[in-house]
Amino acid sequence: MNREQLKETVLRILGSIAPDVDLAAVEPDVEFRDQFDFDSMDFLNFAIGLHKELKIDIPEIDYPKLGALNGCLAYLEQALARRSP
Amino acid sequence: MTEFKMPSLGSDMEAGTLVEWLIKPGDRVKRGDIVAVVETQKGAIDVEIFETGVVEQILVPVGETVPVGAVLAIIRTAEEAAAPPAPEPPPSPPAPSTEPSAAAAGAGRARISPAARKRAAELGINLAGVTGSGPGGAVTLDDVEHAAKAARPPADRQAAMRQAIAAAMARSKREIPHYYLGATIDLSRAMAWLQAENERRPITERLLPAALLLKAVALALRQVPELNGFWLDGGFQPSPSAHVGVAISLRGGGLVNPALHDADRRSLGDLMAGLRDLVQRARTGSLRSSEMSDATITVTNLGEQGVDVVYGVIYPPQVALVGFGRIGERAWPVNGRIEPRLTVAATLAADHRASDGHRGGLLLTAVDRLLQEPEKL
Repeated sequence: MNREQLKETVLRILGSIAPDVDLAAVEPDVEFRDQFDFDSMDFLNFAIGLHKELKIDIPEIDYPKLGALNGCLAYLEQALARRSP
Repeated sequence: MTEFKMPSLGSDMEAGTLVEWLIKPGDRVKRGDIVAVVETQKGAIDVEIFETGVVEQILVPVGETVPVGAVLAIIRTAEEAAAPPAPEPPPSPPAPSTEPSAAAAGAGRARISPAARKRAAELGINLAGVTGSGPGGAVTLDDVEHAAKAARPPADRQAAMRQAIAAAMARSKREIPHYYLGATIDLSRAMAWLQAENERRPITERLLPAALLLKAVALALRQVPELNGFWLDGGFQPSPSAHVGVAISLRGGGLVNPALHDADRRSLGDLMAGLRDLVQRARTGSLRSSEMSDATITVTNLGEQGVDVVYGVIYPPQVALVGFGRIGERAWPVNGRIEPRLTVAATLAADHRASDGHRGGLLLTAVDRLLQEPEKL
């Protein structure tokens, strides 16, 4: 999966949790929490969505790394690379 | 025979619009089945049935707005159904009743039913412009609702929900003599336990701090039962079950507080799954009637965006609301020294008609004590 596909996947999961968000206008470096009123339940559902879609395990300690789009994509790329060497 | 009626989905609800029937005459239903979808000011709600039997007749057609208590369908109960063989369902749906029966109760005497007058006031509808369809041309609740709909674009859900919240909160502040208590609770043990617990749990079963807080409140209510129940008809009616209402803010504004049933008797994992499900359904508009109507206390968690302390408004006819602020590191004295500790401010807003401050204080103390032993929650 290249970065563009990964981004598409992440945005789709984001959209399923926050249907009101304009996905084309997501600021890549601003925390979701500050950008569109993401609470801890939204965040948990986001992590679960990523886990189900990408089949990766995300320890709770890593949650902060998923907080904004760019950081999230970087983290997922690494996690996916680790999974399939 | 038993009547299936429009349920009250919260103290602020007076009428609902039948959006969808999920049953038809001849269908078997059992207690807990979702049989209809009703549109209320707080969104579309799945309505459950509390009888087991066979649907005899549907009385209210889709699209009709009827008041709380109006008979929606007739159910032949299980015993009756067992005796004679079930007759063939009628080939076509029965003719809809032209007039909701309960709406005009008492309206024969007055030109405007009291419920209609009250509703009109809440909705800001001028009664002079409303044509009555009740006996003797009386203006019924239904007429007011129709007038309100005509005056308001149906898409304006937001405004309708605002009205519902306004009515409930205005009633709360008008009728309930609130008293307020607060306590700061050391959460360092609970949060450390939670972190360790989540490390060993698969991602789909991880817990949020909210699950611990809800469970602690539900258990604490056993010690102070006068905070768990309803103030109805001038007296307090305690509830044998702790159905904890969770204040859930909706994206784009608005608020619902559906209940997590029997929160005191469920495991943390089960409670968390229930909470996730509830939040998701609240935000997609598929809550169930029982969840909307029977919360016996409300818990609100406003710490997510940095609020330190919550001063709650009770949701009538409940008699208490517990608020939690932000969980964060704060200076905490330990054996003569100051340490940074994870703490949370827990507050109680309670109805002074049903309880006194001393008893309210016991609830917060019990919540604190329970949170010091998270492994036992």
